Amino acid sequence: MNQFYLSSLLAVFVLALIAWLGALGLPWLFGIVLPYLAVLIFIVGVVRRIVGWSRSPVPFAIPTTAGQQKTMPWIQQAKIDNPSTTIGVVARMALEILTFRSLFRNTRMKMNGEEGRISYHLEVFLWLFALAFHYAFLTTLVRHLRFFLEPVPWCIQMLGTLDGFMKIEILYNPIQVGLPGVYLSGIVLLAAVIFLFLRRLFVANVRYISLASDYFPLFLIMGIAFTGILMRYFIKADVAAIKELTMGLVTFSPSVPAGISPLFYIHLFFVCVLLAYFPYSKLMHMGGIFLSPTRNMRTNTREARHVNPWNYPVKVHTYEAYEDEFREKMVEAGLPVEKMPAPAEAAATEEEEKE
Amino acid sequence: MNDKKWIVLGLVIFLGLFTFPLWYNLLVRPGTAAPAPEVVLTDKAKAARQCVMPTEFMKTDHMQLLDEWRLKMVREGTGTFVNPEGKMFAASLSNTCLDCHSNKAEFCDRCHDYVSVAPYCWDCHLDNPKGER
Repeated sequence: MNQFYLSSLLAVFVLALIAWLGALGLPWLFGIVLPYLAVLIFIVGVVRRIVGWSRSPVPFAIPTTAGQQKTMPWIQQAKIDNPSTTIGVVARMALEILTFRSLFRNTRMKMNGEEGRISYHLEVFLWLFALAFHYAFLTTLVRHLRFFLEPVPWCIQMLGTLDGFMKIEILYNPIQVGLPGVYLSGIVLLAAVIFLFLRRLFVANVRYISLASDYFPLFLIMGIAFTGILMRYFIKADVAAIKELTMGLVTFSPSVPAGISPLFYIHLFFVCVLLAYFPYSKLMHMGGIFLSPTRNMRTNTREARHVNPWNYPVKVHTYEAYEDEFREKMVEAGLPVEKMPAPAEAAATEEEEKE
Repeated sequence: MNDKKWIVLGLVIFLGLFTFPLWYNLLVRPGTAAPAPEVVLTDKAKAARQCVMPTEFMKTDHMQLLDEWRLKMVREGTGTFVNPEGKMFAASLSNTCLDCHSNKAEFCDRCHDYVSVAPYCWDCHLDNPKGER
């Protein structure tokens, strides 16, 4: 399965090279045109995806149950795991989206000893690093608003302060890290994405099901985090000039100031590629999680009948109509009927019998 | 399905959040860009022509230089800095940097505020050591 991650890695390197060359030759293309294009593709793509999903009908109520369904009053219901009310569903969805509860329940099967007894283990590290990854990404994303808002609102400043809460300082002759202050989220993001990649690489059964579309976003995000960290602590970039560029983009008066390092264009191009790739990839789970049919429905399958929305009216021939049609013949044949024939007819038959 | 209205509502909320910088800037500063601020050089700084290192280096790496100066002064007691051109300076924020750039509000703060950076220099250092207030 090596070709999958090697091709993805190669793709990311080629993208970096393209951006590096582009920064030297066509800074307006990589600094202005491509970011606008990427955002446009992202918005249109996400809207089309979600609207497409909203059009697909839900034929069955398929909420999964992870607890006792509502039943007799003396049996305790698992109100969040098996919700019968909308509030319960909201709680279940919130726990799913904010804490990845399904992933926490994820288990790994293992054969133990020589007799091969099966046991199930919590796979807690995937959950832990997935959680760290997503929250670090969110923090990084929100923290970057300082480049897109002027004046910077106090809550964004506060987030930056909190993120730089750990005053980490490394001061040796070749390496100096600590000023500007170290943001924890960037480091956690890079560490978590590396874990997620190594998991795909070293766990054999996960590697078996991993495709290029799994590795590519990991490498891309790794590249974004890596170039960001590089720019902040090692090969420092002119932040004021960069903000001039980003502010130009969001106020629709774009300009390319001088003195922006090629590394920034690599970072920006990676982000553009991620944005444009987003709606057409597995990353759409961001929107998809809200539409998980096994999580976002009330478990009321015994209370209410869920009718398939595309059911057409079926022509039925009820038993009553059938009996009305064939009653006489049925009576003649001695078959039991629910409604006996009218008395006049009955008298007529009696007379026939007498004769 | 009757869920369509909820899906559209969620989508609208998401797009509102995603495009937040666009309409925030439209509300706060309608129709104007926000170029990088110009720093003001004092007469003394203009007369010196060059800082301890070239301007391009100072723009991106001044915090690193100050961090190294602090380490050398506090840990090793070396209070001098020799730049590549062989010129010697006292490695001191108060005595060297602020000697020329005595206008913190128009020099340091402008860029720091612009990119939302709150350096902790001034937790200990006076921003105007000569006391010309």
